[in-house]
Amino acid sequence: MSVLVIAEHESGVLKPETAKVVAAATKIASHVTVLVAGHNIAEAADHSAQIAGVQKVVAVDDASFAHQLAENTSELVVELASDFSHILFSASTTGKNIAPRVAALLDKSQISEIIDVIDADTFKRPIYAGNAIATVKSLDSQKVITVRASAFDAADTQAACDIEARSQSIASQVSEFVSIEQTESERPELTAAPVVISGGRGMQNGENFALLNGIADKLGAAIGASRAAVDAGFVPNDMQVGQTGKIVAPNLYIAVGISGAIQHLAGMKDSKVIVAINKDPEAPIFQVADYGLVADLFDALPELEQAL
Amino acid sequence: MKVLVPIKRVIDYNVKARVKPDNSDVDLSNVKMAINPFCEIAVEEAVRLKEAGTATEVIAVSIGDKACQEQLRTALALGADKAIHIESDAKLESLHVAKLLAKIVEQESPELVILGKQSIDSDNNQTGQMLAALTKRAQGTFASKVVVDGNKLQVTREVDGGLQTVSLSLPAVVTTDLRLNEPRYASLPNIMKAKRKPLDVITADSLGVDLAPRIELVKVEEPAKRSGGVMVESVEELVNKLKTEAKVIS
Ligand SMILES: Cc1cc2nc3c(=O)[nH]c(=O)nc-3n(C[C@H](O)[C@H](O)[C@H](O)COP(=O)(O)OP(=O)(O)OC[C@H]3O[C@@H](n4cnc5c(N)ncnc54)[C@H](O)[C@@H]3O)c2cc1C
Repeated sequence: MSVLVIAEHESGVLKPETAKVVAAATKIASHVTVLVAGHNIAEAADHSAQIAGVQKVVAVDDASFAHQLAENTSELVVELASDFSHILFSASTTGKNIAPRVAALLDKSQISEIIDVIDADTFKRPIYAGNAIATVKSLDSQKVITVRASAFDAADTQAACDIEARSQSIASQVSEFVSIEQTESERPELTAAPVVISGGRGMQNGENFALLNGIADKLGAAIGASRAAVDAGFVPNDMQVGQTGKIVAPNLYIAVGISGAIQHLAGMKDSKVIVAINKDPEAPIFQVADYGLVADLFDALPELEQAL
Repeated sequence: MKVLVPIKRVIDYNVKARVKPDNSDVDLSNVKMAINPFCEIAVEEAVRLKEAGTATEVIAVSIGDKACQEQLRTALALGADKAIHIESDAKLESLHVAKLLAKIVEQESPELVILGKQSIDSDNNQTGQMLAALTKRAQGTFASKVVVDGNKLQVTREVDGGLQTVSLSLPAVVTTDLRLNEPRYASLPNIMKAKRKPLDVITADSLGVDLAPRIELVKVEEPAKRSGGVMVESVEELVNKLKTEAKVIS
């Protein structure tokens, strides 16, 4: 058995998810290859080679893969697939976009967002917004899987393994990248931050999110949001935590002015310690909070910033 | 332009799923069911394209037992022109669903297929991408904006890093994200009218797709319960506990 892990990278920089997906891969088999497909990805390939457990890195550096479009990237993965029993992607928006296309081309039933590896065929995954955990067994000869990175500890580092450069170009005939609107932030990434502080509808507007900045600075935290806060235009979509946003599991999650709908809980309830600040003592968020504070956030946030 | 909208009947999003005591599955008996929220957004988008004069016909399709005709009627009440019910009692995986839908795409040749990015029961997020692969079409997943421009489609996608825009050649497959639109409520006259709109029923078997399971559901469990927390009286007490008890800040 051998596993192909599709590296997660952005603008040539390897994302921390990759080492977590490799950790899941090493629970399946001892032979792990990482595919880094993109343009100007030398650094990402180097870093992939240093993830413990990786035996080989295949680097496909070509302008046609610059934006990791699903249509052509899936064809590339399918070309390499025959050597592998398992093909693993991170359950990021990139992985979710490409993996099912690969699975369908290989005529395999995909297993999405695994949170645990029982054996090479059997995996655990959340269903119904995380209100149930299913153990599923794949009957397919080859498995296409996406991995919920937050559920695995990143693999260690190692002395670099071999990198095989493969020259290949597959133009997508039917799709084309136009633009990306990226949120620039000096803060750690939501999915990698040790502390996350999120604001909800209770924040009332986008300007008030500044109340979270000082606290986030002191704690080295990333800032997240509920869907209601994103829908209302307070903050951009990439800050949404939940069933349909990002899944986070930091050491400390602070929910401010968030009621605790199941769809929000789905994205944060595996955090180690949860703090909730809400003025409504009945808010469901308190049922999952380790520490609950019934307070008006406009009083509590400045006090918290001071006290830290 | 013909638009095909596949929809799914699922547990209502306000209902918390319960695991059966024998751990065989989730218990859906006597649970309120509804159209999957993402599918509802897909129907709305298709109907808006029709209202804008871009789409000529909107066809809703659903796969499942007889009960899913209720959700097809909802789609018709929201403005779809006709519905197709692919009857099946089997436990279907996304791959099966995509293969069945590919047959309908073959029959109906829609220029655009719009479907939800995920269903809130299985949370798979697979069907649209698989359908795009099987029908060799371009895909615009997690769409928060769709603009038809001649024989091209501009799709703005909600991605982890922000918003990505891609240009797709039609025919294409689009999967919806939450912010694509806000679905309307069906009016009573439209609900009445929907009862007379065509709803064709065909069996899944008649489409000649291998529906043998590829994934076995071994068991379903409750997630680990969080141990009960405490309420604190003040910010000071909170910070104290985080430092000395939880030890997550210093
Ligand atoms: C298919 C689907 C997917 C979804 N996916 C997601 C998802 O990924 N992520 C997500 O978050 N949601 C998601 N939702 C939405 C979810 O159901 C809730 O609507 C949303 O999480 C509510 O956000 P909120 O808690 O900020 O707002 P509300 O529920 O309105 O809660 C606001 C809270 O703020 C408190 N508050 C108000 N003022 C103050 C104050 N001054 N001080 C202190 N507290 C105050 C209130 O007491 C209240 O509890 C999804 C919904 C659907 C249907």
